[in-house]
Amino acid sequence: MSIRKNKTFQKALHNKSIVIGLIMVLIVILIAVFAPILTPYDLEEMDMGNALRVPGGEHLFGTDQYGRDLMTRIFFGTRISLLVGFISVFFSMVIGVFVGLIAGYYGGWVDNLIGRIIDVFLSFPVLLLSIALVAVMGGGGTVSVIMSLCLVSWTQYARVVRSSVLVIREEEYVLAAKTFGASDMRIIFKYIIPNALAPIIVVATLGIGTAIVSEATLSFMGLGVQPPTPSWGYALSFGLRYMRTAPHMATIPGLAIMFTVLGFNLLGNGIRDVTDPRMVN
Amino acid sequence: MTICKGENMRAKYIMKRLLYVIPTAFGVLVIIFILLRSMPGDFATALLGQDASLEDIERVREQYGLNQSIFVQFISYVKQLLTLNFGDSVIYKTPVIEMIKTAFPATLELSIMGLLWALIISVPLGILSAVKQNSWLDNASMVFAQIGISMPVFWMGLLMILLFSVQLNWLPSFGRGDPLFSALIKGITSGNFSSFTRSFRKILMPSFALGIMGSAMISRMIRSTMLEVLDMDYIRTARAKGTKEFKVVMRHAFRNALPPVITIVALQFGAMLGGSIVTETVFSWPGIGQIIVTAILNRDYPVVQASVFLIAIMFVLINLVVDLLYVVINPKINEG
Repeated sequence: MSIRKNKTFQKALHNKSIVIGLIMVLIVILIAVFAPILTPYDLEEMDMGNALRVPGGEHLFGTDQYGRDLMTRIFFGTRISLLVGFISVFFSMVIGVFVGLIAGYYGGWVDNLIGRIIDVFLSFPVLLLSIALVAVMGGGGTVSVIMSLCLVSWTQYARVVRSSVLVIREEEYVLAAKTFGASDMRIIFKYIIPNALAPIIVVATLGIGTAIVSEATLSFMGLGVQPPTPSWGYALSFGLRYMRTAPHMATIPGLAIMFTVLGFNLLGNGIRDVTDPRMVN
Repeated sequence: MTICKGENMRAKYIMKRLLYVIPTAFGVLVIIFILLRSMPGDFATALLGQDASLEDIERVREQYGLNQSIFVQFISYVKQLLTLNFGDSVIYKTPVIEMIKTAFPATLELSIMGLLWALIISVPLGILSAVKQNSWLDNASMVFAQIGISMPVFWMGLLMILLFSVQLNWLPSFGRGDPLFSALIKGITSGNFSSFTRSFRKILMPSFALGIMGSAMISRMIRSTMLEVLDMDYIRTARAKGTKEFKVVMRHAFRNALPPVITIVALQFGAMLGGSIVTETVFSWPGIGQIIVTAILNRDYPVVQASVFLIAIMFVLINLVVDLLYVVINPKINEG
């Protein structure tokens, strides 16, 4: 087992997608952590005389409609994007893994019922359901966004875990453990979860990227993170307004989103390539 | 996992799949009902405004059956939706069905054009990157796909407006012309294509922004299924028999790679219906997405209810068509 793990680790180190993705993600995390010392400006410091300045000089990324330094807003926005990404993925993973385990392990009518519930959730476009859920929770705000993303994306984990469990529960070592009287809990935690871990990690890594885009989209439409909290999507909504006078407002926050999401996507795809046995050759 | 063989089993699967629509559609109805009943604020207050008297509020609650038990409310809500009796918009005071009748074709037109772009880009790209595996083209298409997937569709829209409308002044940045299909027919019959050209110029950017997102997914899917198929014995046999490479790729390989590709194409079409919500906001496209966002911001519940219901039912039907198509194309259907 440990030799196999070691081999997977070696393969991961040689996978370009993982290495590049990891570097990009680390850069974003470092920016989020050190945001206050990376920029000399205050997050909320307005300077109307300097509003909508193009990038260059004192303001590397330019300024926004209130004369606030855009680089500072982008750097602090990293925190919000990562917060929404990590927390929503964590909770949807917990819900999805739990539901998927129950469906796959117990099968029968339980599986059927859960399958139908998942189908119902998948009958809504993700964005539409998130918008509706945000509206139900009072419209906007970081917490509503996180909760709505959790409720929308748990189905992916449930599906992945369910199909992994269906395969694993028929493996000889699991059948043997059952014969020797191992409890359901022991089988689930000792055999099933460790073996279903790789696809869960892949879905979670890609899910962080999706959550960041969803948050940006909701905020862009005015239904997500609310001002004064700095959000990349919200900043972009002003980009549309000041397109002619300050095109940097429409480009720079978008680049930040793309860089971050690309990092997580490369990392997730790389992990899938390394851990999926079908990708060996 | 059962493998169904023969017409009988196939018919049985189709029946079963058709029957599955009933609980799924019912679930959709339940979720929309729960969502709407959980929306903050009272419907009657939203309808009459904050200054409404208690009597008026009570009258409206009675009129809409809001003071009845939740079960009775659910039954009348289901009846309303199934008979397409969506009521009037609280804000615009017009029948919701009329609003949808104008907006839905606009969204459909945008999504279909988006899908068309996605296919035009992804089919050649996917096939070529599989045939020329690990070449510069394959690598370039991989980079394109990664960027396409990582780019929010609304940002793609913003960049296109910035380049093609603001900088180059080539294309209009918002609005919709005459319905594209009828403009085309009119052009063909009258010989005057000015209306079609105007509509086409307006739909070009929003549909392309949507299409790019879909093309990234579809091209990767085509590439990976093509690689699997190209490795099969019958492809080797076809090549050994001296069949031309183009025929091997298109007729033997691509045809057999189609079932999973069709699935992802149909799912992408569904995603585009969803993605159109934000694209419509960027390009002021007068579709169902715009209606939903405005209705949610204005707490116009009858409109939210009808539009969400319509899109969700479209999704259920698309998924159904995908599954049925899969059975028709693929003789071996895995059920489980």
